[in-house]
Amino acid sequence: MEHRNYNAINKSVRKKDAMQLLLGKPVYTEDVVPDDALVVKLLRSPHANAIVSEINTKTAKLVPGVVDVYTWEDVPNTRFTNAGQTYPEASPYDRLIIDRHVRFVGDVVAIVAAENEKAADKALKLIKVKYDVLDAVLDFHKAKDNSLLVHPEDNWVAPCEVGGSNLRNLVASEESSHGDVDGIMADCDIVLDRTYHTKSYNQAMMETFRTYTTMDRYGRLHVISSTQIVFHVRRILSHALGIPKTMIRVEKPRIGGGFGAKQTAVSEVYPAFVTMKTKRPAMIIFSREESQIAGSPRHEMEVRVRLGASNDGKIRVLDLYTLSNSGAYGEHGPTTVGLSGHKSIPMYTGSLEAFRFNYDVVYTNTMAAGAYRGYGATQGIYALETTVNELAERLNMDPTEIRYKNMLKEGMIMPAYYNELASACALDRCLDHCKEMFDWDSKYPVRDMGNGKVRTAGMGMAMQGSCISNLDVGSATVKLTEDGSFMLLIGAADMGTGCDTILAQMVAECMDCSVDDVAVFGADTDASPYDSGSYASSTTYITGKAVEKACMDLKSKMCTIAAGLLNCSPEEMYFESGLIKRINTDESVSLKDIGVKAQLNNPTIAEASASHSSPVSPPPYMVGMVEIELDKLTGEVEILDFMSVVDCGIPINPALARIQAEGGIVQGIGHTLMENVTYTENGKMIESSLMQYKIPTRLDMGRLRVEFEHSFEPTGPFGAKSIGEIVINTPAPAIAHAIYRATGVWHREIPITLEKIAMSKPEEDKE
Amino acid sequence: MIDITLTLNGKKISDSVEPDSILLDFLRDHKCYSVKRGCETTNCGLCTVLMDDMPVLSCSMLTARANGHKILTLEGLQEEASEFVGFIADQGADQCGFCNPGFVMNTIALLREYPDPTDDEIKSFLAGNLCRCSGYEGQLRGIRNFLNSRSKEAK
Amino acid sequence: MFTIQKYVCASSLEEAYELNQDKNNKIIAGMLWMRLGKGKVNTAIDISGLGLDTIEEDDEKFSIGAMVSLRTLEKHESLNSYTNNAVCNAVKDIVGVQFRNQATIGGSIWGRFGFSDVLTVFLALDTYVELYKGGIVPLSKFAELKEDNDILVRIIVKKTPIKVTYRAVRAQKTDFPVLTCATSIINGVVRTSVGARPGRAKLVIDNSGILFSGINEDSITKFTSYVADTIPTSKNLRGSAEYRTHLAKVLLSRNLEELEGLK
Repeated sequence: MEHRNYNAINKSVRKKDAMQLLLGKPVYTEDVVPDDALVVKLLRSPHANAIVSEINTKTAKLVPGVVDVYTWEDVPNTRFTNAGQTYPEASPYDRLIIDRHVRFVGDVVAIVAAENEKAADKALKLIKVKYDVLDAVLDFHKAKDNSLLVHPEDNWVAPCEVGGSNLRNLVASEESSHGDVDGIMADCDIVLDRTYHTKSYNQAMMETFRTYTTMDRYGRLHVISSTQIVFHVRRILSHALGIPKTMIRVEKPRIGGGFGAKQTAVSEVYPAFVTMKTKRPAMIIFSREESQIAGSPRHEMEVRVRLGASNDGKIRVLDLYTLSNSGAYGEHGPTTVGLSGHKSIPMYTGSLEAFRFNYDVVYTNTMAAGAYRGYGATQGIYALETTVNELAERLNMDPTEIRYKNMLKEGMIMPAYYNELASACALDRCLDHCKEMFDWDSKYPVRDMGNGKVRTAGMGMAMQGSCISNLDVGSATVKLTEDGSFMLLIGAADMGTGCDTILAQMVAECMDCSVDDVAVFGADTDASPYDSGSYASSTTYITGKAVEKACMDLKSKMCTIAAGLLNCSPEEMYFESGLIKRINTDESVSLKDIGVKAQLNNPTIAEASASHSSPVSPPPYMVGMVEIELDKLTGEVEILDFMSVVDCGIPINPALARIQAEGGIVQGIGHTLMENVTYTENGKMIESSLMQYKIPTRLDMGRLRVEFEHSFEPTGPFGAKSIGEIVINTPAPAIAHAIYRATGVWHREIPITLEKIAMSKPEEDKE
Repeated sequence: MIDITLTLNGKKISDSVEPDSILLDFLRDHKCYSVKRGCETTNCGLCTVLMDDMPVLSCSMLTARANGHKILTLEGLQEEASEFVGFIADQGADQCGFCNPGFVMNTIALLREYPDPTDDEIKSFLAGNLCRCSGYEGQLRGIRNFLNSRSKEAK
Repeated sequence: MFTIQKYVCASSLEEAYELNQDKNNKIIAGMLWMRLGKGKVNTAIDISGLGLDTIEEDDEKFSIGAMVSLRTLEKHESLNSYTNNAVCNAVKDIVGVQFRNQATIGGSIWGRFGFSDVLTVFLALDTYVELYKGGIVPLSKFAELKEDNDILVRIIVKKTPIKVTYRAVRAQKTDFPVLTCATSIINGVVRTSVGARPGRAKLVIDNSGILFSGINEDSITKFTSYVADTIPTSKNLRGSAEYRTHLAKVLLSRNLEELEGLK
């Protein structure tokens, strides 16, 4: 696709904070905490389901340095959710700051505030707790309508009707369909009915959850937190602590990674509560173990796919049922599950005559899940793409051919995606490009390398969204300074992704200036314009459009100020090449002069703010292909080459888009081959450290190649769509496919461990 | 308490520390905020510092053991780091940045030990430095570009 | 949380030994494993000032000080040339360079850890442990002993003519191994050690002569079955007993094929 030459976008500009980060400057939450801040630590439940019958903190409080110890008796009895989502909040109000009823191993029993870490640790050991231990719901298959309730309380509230009921262990439930699913299924030549299982993978961002709180100069609660969602944190704290929003300021410094984990207020409420009680600065730093056992990981899901096709490879009908495990609390439970169907089924719009998508989201006594890059789509796409690969293999059809036959193409209406129009879709070109660059035709055949080793390849396609349509709000404020440069204020959160820089590139594009002439500040509820926050792949697409709008508005204000300087009417002025010019003259005013004038006897403010929401959420698309070498005797899988082609519209910053893709692919490789989450029979998580929860090292990912196929999304800023999440979706189906090619076994549960590969025998042909 | 004297980033400092003081905490107490803790189990490499010019995990080093030794953190190696980190920045591979100091410190150690490393040598030397954002490929491209530009300059 | 009341940098082995007689005191090596525990140590005895961090070599043996780091082993040309890189191969995937700069051979061998690549590879060599009071004992014997209050001073590897190789399987490249296997031929006799069973490594010597008439497909099958029957495996997070026994056979066959130049 042709694209024009840009001044500042579609360019690989360095991130604005790059050198600060690479040279190790103190820019993270822990680095800005003063020495006198109280250390906050949490006593956590050793039981999966229990009632605290007695708790004695007397001895703990006597430890020198211990300032106070708080239990369920000290906190408000108003339930809230930690999920960072827009109104209307979809997640149930099912939490207290400390609940007498603890619901998973790791649930909070007491908060300790101490002058130093040693005192806090000592106090934790001296709190005496008696538990009435209850039976626990640990198997998510058995949760729905179980007589054992995870949330039996009568003040459980669902602010939004999502089909949930605490009396059924149900967080949410929905049924939707289009067309005559059963009739068409009965008419199909071939029906595959397959069930897949994915685990509650941990984001394992390098910086664990952490928050620092203090009282500001006005006596307000000032929260500095590693969060993706400053405005939602303000709302959650206001709700949980029962204080007005005007009394809370939330800001984020640099964030050591999020991937969705920090779209939930996992750590904020504890030091905030301590600061409100003691009026002293307080800080909580989650240990890696706490991050692993009490974070906000991916929802464990079981996805059943029924696929009906004709013998010529036409996929006619899809029927998905997803069972999602929300764990002990409902954060993001009602919303993640939807993507398992809504972001998988539409890829086959090209041929699909009917579809059905039903789901249940259940409570269990395991760690609460949350938001993780891909947000349900990852699980659904693994299931559906693996089924489509199996269909291709059964029909002896090349899996790329079966995609060409059925895939979504630009201009189609997607019934399975809220009837949105695929206004920009290069999925077919992504497949062409990937197939050629990867050399699919020579890598796909199984090649015996001797000594038990074989090489072969597999593939998968993916889509995601670019925001939450009709909900997300992105905003930007752009100000002109008196030297003609700009200041951009945002409420979106750069968590390493580079959105500060990407949005500055957009300002520079609009204002015909250099990216260096745009300074960025974010995110701070006191200073930033409202933004839902950085999640749902929305920052480039939604906040980016707000930047464009704000720039347009600022240009008109600059015209007004310039008109004052030239004593003419603003209508005569226009912006061109970094100057405000007067029509039909060679008169012009520099931005510097306008900036100075703005500060001198001037009634027009040289700044503009704008918000943006979108009625649609245009999907980015992606094709991933992997070549592996598999050792049939040991089960070892070596990733040799992972090639992917992404359609994210126009990449605003190709270098950063490429890194997003590479990072997402490696996380996906981790989920597929080595990251596991298992529990003891008492509900204690075993992979509670990076010693046991193995994320890929640089020796585990082979060679990555990422290319882009441009499309132009008319509703996006400069034609851009999103990239942050989609990139995690292709490794699981592609690698599972390659493993099948090498071994004859379809693995329908990830991670696919070495042992499973080495010890599984090809299944009997069932159909 | 134990009295120790060590050279931190070229400056001799004396202090009294608890017998179980860990070097990582000691260094952060001495304003070396580049030194990060990413795990508690020696797996992440974020706390890498140089002890007598050798990369070590400061999370697993008793401060008492640093007595009489030379410790370098990124605060003391700004110039040496500046030679190559721009190439990482050009790839956007800094990302969240939290693993960067440990990664940069170990890359310094790598480049001192192997002035002209192969890709395989780079990968295996840095294998103990985890990064969850970048997917590693951009870090490798950055180092490779630095080495290429350096060898071009030499010619 | 791991705590230490007192820290002593020992000025002699005798001082270290005396202190070590109190069971609340501990010799510290690399501090990588001990720190992860929740133990309370009264006196931490540091022996890093006793010059035990070098590898000495003469015509008969390598004498490796207890405080020699795994990284030093990995980079030691002569030791690796003698073992055809088996030592390097055994340690190079352990966590990372930084870790291997700190972890010591003394700590690894003394701990007799189940997951130890180090114990596995040295068992396949003609290796002895020099204890401060206990004198010199074969590593295979030491590996079976319980921890006591002695001090491991050196590891001695005799330069007996040897063919040796090492293999391990890891789920992630720097993780604990799922299984380790070192195999050697000394004076015509095959010996193999299997570690990460997940129990501590065990050595099997082909004293009954299954391979005496030559290493071929048939004798390999017999010997691997014998080893699989002799060395018990069990289950942990990283694999089942059945898978481990299967791996032991696979790695051992590959080791034997390599030693014989079959493949």
